[in-house]
Amino acid sequence: MPIEGRGLVLERAGRRILDAVDIRLANDGICVLLGPNGAGKSVLLRVLAALVPPDAGTVTWGGQAPRRDLRRGLGFVFQKPVLLRRSALANVRHALRAAGAGRGESLARARAAMEFAGLSALARSPARLLSGGEQQRLAIARALALEPEALFLDEPTANLDPAATARIEALIHDVTAAGRKVVLVTHDVGQARRLAGRVLFLHQGRIVEDAPAHAFFQAPASGAARAYLAGQIVL
Amino acid sequence: MQDFGAAFGEAFRLLASLDADLLEIVALSLQVSLAAVALAALVGLPLGALLGVTRFPGRQALIVFVNALMGLPPVVVGLTVYLLLSRAGPLGPLGLLYTPEAMVIAQMILVTPIIAALTRQTVEDLKTEYDEQLTVLGITPSAAVLTLLWDARYTLITALLAGFGRAVAEVGAVIIVGGNINHVTRVMTTAIALETSRGDLALALGLGIILVCIAVAVNALVSSLRVTAVRSAYA
Repeated sequence: MPIEGRGLVLERAGRRILDAVDIRLANDGICVLLGPNGAGKSVLLRVLAALVPPDAGTVTWGGQAPRRDLRRGLGFVFQKPVLLRRSALANVRHALRAAGAGRGESLARARAAMEFAGLSALARSPARLLSGGEQQRLAIARALALEPEALFLDEPTANLDPAATARIEALIHDVTAAGRKVVLVTHDVGQARRLAGRVLFLHQGRIVEDAPAHAFFQAPASGAARAYLAGQIVL
Repeated sequence: MQDFGAAFGEAFRLLASLDADLLEIVALSLQVSLAAVALAALVGLPLGALLGVTRFPGRQALIVFVNALMGLPPVVVGLTVYLLLSRAGPLGPLGLLYTPEAMVIAQMILVTPIIAALTRQTVEDLKTEYDEQLTVLGITPSAAVLTLLWDARYTLITALLAGFGRAVAEVGAVIIVGGNINHVTRVMTTAIALETSRGDLALALGLGIILVCIAVAVNALVSSLRVTAVRSAYA
């Protein structure tokens, strides 16, 4: 299911957050939306996921306008995971039951997703008492349980320590190894180097660079990207 | 008139001996108030959830109206129900006046706004937190409401207990529509009012002690529910 945005414009309080963005996400492995804070990365992800309607432009999923029944092809994990007031396992089962899975099927698939995320031992724990890294892995497990074609991750390691970050990154590798497309928003250059197959560099609401990761990191074409990779403050 | 010491002594004797009249009054009180709360929950929970999750013209005015109804004077409710159920009233043919059913109706009218208003506030707050997550799961609106109600369960139980507290301690409405008929519609509050006016303080005090115990028990239950919910991060 290719996900496409054409001429996306979004303004808030007189400021242009997205400025005529064109983007197409197909089978790219791990596609990283990279850029400084305020570049429009997270907003672009939300617009592509049809969580925020653009002021202008269109979003299509597999050539069709976003609809509720198409949502299950697209998993989304927020920077701060939103977990229900239930056990870890019940969070995953809730998503599956909402997708129409029966009791037995939802239990089996939820357990499989928990195992994939390395959370089997915490299945009965209250979800909101898990550590930050565990909560994020649970959110990923919940999204993956629905077997989406693509997984959108909005800065999933922004608030985590290096050990928790490493576990999430390993999980992201496992997700792509299982044949799923991942779109990852980050401002962490090191993480982008470790994970990206394709990099879209955003600056001031525009995609200023779209390149394979090796090409981007070896020879960034734009001045903003060169400055960003050099560790300079890019406004 | 008996002195207070003797009245207290007689009250405790009635309680200790499980006096039949006293037990009958207590049982009817609990029966009427629990039925009223159950019926009020059937109306108040869906109404509150609906107000919490939907947007329509006039919603804000309706919320103000429901909130205002929380302060309904019981005697006005009693008078209104009396007029409806009296022989010349529109519901007169049902023959409900001066029956426990009439008291249930009056208490239900008093309690429903409390449950609806607290449910609305709780569900609306939770919706703000869950909205994007439920959207990305592709959940249907009705399933979303059930999710919100379930995850707000501890707070909603507290709302039901608050409603029960209001119902069981109410006197103005039930004395008008019930008539305080011995062995038929005499409940704790109306009996206390009657026995006090007749100078029989022992029964009044005995019933008063039970009412206070019920109030303490309800509050203890609310507190323990809150502690349980907070401990497991389900609040």
